[in-house]
Amino acid sequence: MEKSKAAKGRYWKAQLKCVGVLLSIWFIVSFGCGILLREWFDANFPSVGSAPFGFWMAQQGAIICFVLILVAYAVWMGRIEDQFEQEEGAE
Amino acid sequence: MSQDGYNYLFIGMSFALYIWIAIRQRAGSTKEYYTAGGGVSPFANGMATAADWMSAATFISMAGLLASSGYDGSRFLMGWTGGFVLLTVLMVPFLRKFGKATVPDFIGDRYYSKTARLVAVVCAIFICLTYIMGQMRGVGVVFSTLFDIEISTGVWVGGAIVFFYAGLGGMKGITYTQVAQYCVMAFAYTIPAIFIAIALTGNVIPQLGFIGDYTANGESVPFLQKLNDINTELGFANYTDGSLSKIDMFCITAALMAGTAGLPHVIVRFFTVKNVKAVRTSACWTLGFIAIIYLTAPTIGGFARVNFIEKLQDTPREEAPAWFGDFEKTGYMSWSDKNGDGKIQHFGPEREKLGDMNELTFKPDIMVMANPHMGGLPKWAIALLMAGCIAAALSTAAGLLLVLSTAISHDLMKKIVKPDLTDKEEIKYARLASLGALLIAIYFGINPPSAFIAKTVAFAFGMAASSFFPTLLMGIFSRRMNKQGAIAGMVAGIGFTLGYIIYFQFMGGTKDQYFLGISPEGIGFIGMLLNFGVAAIVAAFTPAPPKEVTDLIDSVRYPGGEETAASDH
Repeated sequence: MEKSKAAKGRYWKAQLKCVGVLLSIWFIVSFGCGILLREWFDANFPSVGSAPFGFWMAQQGAIICFVLILVAYAVWMGRIEDQFEQEEGAE
Repeated sequence: MSQDGYNYLFIGMSFALYIWIAIRQRAGSTKEYYTAGGGVSPFANGMATAADWMSAATFISMAGLLASSGYDGSRFLMGWTGGFVLLTVLMVPFLRKFGKATVPDFIGDRYYSKTARLVAVVCAIFICLTYIMGQMRGVGVVFSTLFDIEISTGVWVGGAIVFFYAGLGGMKGITYTQVAQYCVMAFAYTIPAIFIAIALTGNVIPQLGFIGDYTANGESVPFLQKLNDINTELGFANYTDGSLSKIDMFCITAALMAGTAGLPHVIVRFFTVKNVKAVRTSACWTLGFIAIIYLTAPTIGGFARVNFIEKLQDTPREEAPAWFGDFEKTGYMSWSDKNGDGKIQHFGPEREKLGDMNELTFKPDIMVMANPHMGGLPKWAIALLMAGCIAAALSTAAGLLLVLSTAISHDLMKKIVKPDLTDKEEIKYARLASLGALLIAIYFGINPPSAFIAKTVAFAFGMAASSFFPTLLMGIFSRRMNKQGAIAGMVAGIGFTLGYIIYFQFMGGTKDQYFLGISPEGIGFIGMLLNFGVAAIVAAFTPAPPKEVTDLIDSVRYPGGEETAASDH
């Protein structure tokens, strides 16, 4: 029972870490690149084709990153769950 | 065959398909009615969710907004897709694990209170109604251009169709109909973009043409440069810079994101797959399908802008293309020859300061439908687009209507008013409720609260952001949050947001009265912060939730045991 509780604690921590990391990326690619620091990125980052970087992130790049974030989430959470099941099975 | 002939053929065929599916997949039990029995594959559910998600606002209004406001339109692109990420990682797996079909159900149980459930039902009704209004408006726009009838008649026709298959099929029928609708929408949206990309940039892939060179009429300049040149010459803000203030842009995007994550009709969609793992896979598919359309929208916006100006600017009225006359007749575009030279001139604020007069006005909502006409596309492509527009509006309206009717029949009637309701009676109430909701939505579809569909819809998102999002989030991630805090937070959040919107949209509030320069579209973000703040303060002074509730939170957080949780319906 105690062991299972520890495994649950680890599972929850691992999940929070996964969500935290992915949402940080989420914030940077959308609000960071696309809105807050857009002018800076437009001026200092290489253009994508003929599109200024910040503008491109706001209209295209952020969306592509979002899809990748969800794929990463599915894979990462799958691993965390497998780990949890192993630990629970081992008790 | 004439354009009308093609239109009727394509729309007729798509409708026959939807109705056939709705009848074949008719719901037999309440579980099938609300969640399709929980056995839809992640791939099919992904497609259906994408169709549910992409409303008339996305399909009809968004590209037009991008065309007329350039960079500013990114708030919708990022807001809606980014919100989906929030929804997937913060909400859906937990709510799915909880296993109840509706959001008020979760709030009612988690906050162990009928009052909380009632407040949630009221919020759900407000949000869904506002959202359906936008959809009904969209349906009206399509049918009015299609049959050359008044928008109001168009809204009535659309309403009748929505009622028919939302009520008939329940979630099961809607799910498979939406799979078909997604396919229609994806083709309808991307095919015109590809044709026009080839014509304007010589590139088959619109997204590459968008960042490539403009090559029509023997010119060769970067396409975005061309857009900026056009805007500068006509006196508009640079296409790649926009004109919204940074704080407003931030707040609107944030409100759309949080609102998306709190939208009840999308959350419900994830109850239709087998388990939490399938939910995550399904979410990947959904966002992938959504991205296909969202990545195309900015290109359509840009292309439409260039075509629109190139075809009309400084053109004598008699030589203007035929479609201009058509859209003039229905009132979507209008021209008055202010300087008397017989030519069409379109100017923005900078040129008007210099004394030039803008003679051409248009409703951005019409851009997507005008786009294939402007690009000179074949008739079947235009007909396909019409079918896609209708699919977009109908699929979302049907999904919303279902949530609304569930909120009333299940959460209000069964759980609060009359607990001994039988399955059959519950479905009857659900159908009655959807009829009532639809009539209200039709009324507001004819008299919309805002000129643009996307804006009306943005209000719905603001309300969701200020009510459901914080309450659900705290319900999952905080063990200390209690019923008093949650109720106070929801009431404060949605009350503030709704009040702000009503004041500025209906009571003549002016721009200089904006709080910190935030428009009503973005106020949901402030409402959300208010909800968090009020809830935290109230919860700190009231007793902690009972043990059953902390046990419930634990069971939602960890995997395993979900088969028993899901068997409630």
